Amino acid sequence: MDEVLKFFLEYKDMIFIIVLSVFLGIEVISHVPAVLHTPLMSGSNAIHGVVIIGAIIVMGHAESTLSLILGFIAVILGTLNVVGGFVVTDRMLEMFKKKKK
Amino acid sequence: METLTKLIEFSSEISILEISYLLASILFILGLKKLSHPATARSGNLWAAAGMGAAILFTILFHKKDGAPISNVIYIVIALAIGSFIGWYSSKKVKMTAMPQMVSIFNGMGGACAALISLMEFPKMQNMMASEGVAHMLGGEGIAILLGLMIGGVSFAGSMIAFGKLDGRIGDFKHPVLRIINLTFLVGLFVALALILFMKPVEGNNLPIYLFALAALIYGVTFVMPIGGADMPVVISLLNSFTGVAAAMGGFLYGNQAMLTGGILVGSSGTILTILMCKAMNRSLLNVIIGAFGVAGAAGTEDGDKTVKEISLSDAAVLLSYSQKIFIVPGYGLAVAQAQHLCHELDNLLASKGVEVKYAIHPVAGRMPGHMNVLLAEADVPYEKLVEMEDANNEMSNTDVVIVIGANDVVNPAAEDDPSSPIYGMPIIKALDAKNVIVMKRSMAAGYAAIPNNLFYHQKNRMLFGDAKATLQKLVAEIKSL
Repeated sequence: MDEVLKFFLEYKDMIFIIVLSVFLGIEVISHVPAVLHTPLMSGSNAIHGVVIIGAIIVMGHAESTLSLILGFIAVILGTLNVVGGFVVTDRMLEMFKKKKK
Repeated sequence: METLTKLIEFSSEISILEISYLLASILFILGLKKLSHPATARSGNLWAAAGMGAAILFTILFHKKDGAPISNVIYIVIALAIGSFIGWYSSKKVKMTAMPQMVSIFNGMGGACAALISLMEFPKMQNMMASEGVAHMLGGEGIAILLGLMIGGVSFAGSMIAFGKLDGRIGDFKHPVLRIINLTFLVGLFVALALILFMKPVEGNNLPIYLFALAALIYGVTFVMPIGGADMPVVISLLNSFTGVAAAMGGFLYGNQAMLTGGILVGSSGTILTILMCKAMNRSLLNVIIGAFGVAGAAGTEDGDKTVKEISLSDAAVLLSYSQKIFIVPGYGLAVAQAQHLCHELDNLLASKGVEVKYAIHPVAGRMPGHMNVLLAEADVPYEKLVEMEDANNEMSNTDVVIVIGANDVVNPAAEDDPSSPIYGMPIIKALDAKNVIVMKRSMAAGYAAIPNNLFYHQKNRMLFGDAKATLQKLVAEIKSL
């Protein structure tokens, strides 16, 4: 029990962020019309590309050639996720706009 | 031991970095919010992208680890450039019908990225702990690394299989044994995770983590393998939220708020989106994952004595031309045949003859919820012509003809009147309320759910067999020649 409490105390800021973000995520998209399900999925797909920051940190502090190479690959993969995700979403939404005129 | 609670001495650069993360988080939230309204969706996407750009830029400029700034900047920029180019190029090139596959690939890339980060951080952590002589690796850092690796690995492998299935490269592989294997694997993964955490850290002892990564990849494959191709949208949405959680684990590890909020937001909103999708099909998430649908559907057999009526092209052309109001029910078959442009041509042609043509869109029509809207939008079908299921059903009784193109289960009356049917209770488009029904279909084969469709045998219905694209082409020509 002590261990759990210690764990909570040690990471309490992050636990707060996690819990609040969970509710926020649910709240923010709960009224989305079915038309936007696909673009929304694609857009949120791009947002989790934020993992690229971790890849940059690993690569930026790489100590061996191996981790530099792996980091290099990770940054490429992350960028694919980010750039591809946002561009694909934009292409989908572009069409919605066009047809409104 | 490197803990996240260590005091950071004041530095203006760190403050700027933290502020940029706060900004990024706000932009992610507002972006998601705007993405859920049609009018603001596009700018929402750009806002989120701007937040991402800021977070990446400021990380490179100002991130510090134990006082050391980011090095290898040139290589990082090269990697960013390569990734941007490939990502931009492939998403500009991809056809709208192949959009779900593309999303699946990008999702897999994010998962792989998260898994790689964990794979690199684990040895570092273990070596450090070994030198400190710690008894085990249990702790926030270890949990975050292993969960990130596991979830990221499953998401990567699963997304690749989902991509293969959507692209028609991989078939369904259903076998009852697979269910047991999957359950064992899932439990096994968590047991392995716990075992690694309680291991005594030994410098360079990386075999367990590699095996763990391998097991996660295999589970990703066996997890998606038995799920039917038609359920891939739900799977992609689920894997999307997985990747979000994996990214958040990275955020936890680095104490990075942007990664944490971004990842968790996607994780939770993605889960809700997945559930919304399942609801539209009147199924539970568990039902989709276990795949009871296909198994139960296969049990339903068809009586052989029913007959279908066919309609000739010229009869169809006449019927359509002299109708007042027509509903088109597009389905997956239309998307596969890439016939959406022809469909729009047909609707324009009929409109010029004074026929009122609208589209009845089932929430799960196409490959992803809302996919049909995107496809029809691509073919320049005006927004006002797309009618959601409930409104369409209200208008059905004064509709002359319903044309079902490449759809099956979404118009199956068994969902309403046959409690033994596996799709009983799923909301459907009530095509039979209209005066006439024409079903365009390649053959009499059942839909994905393998459920016989009594609509085809109904006296109101007539079949127009053939590939959706070819048939539409002929139909358009026929109507023109009238």
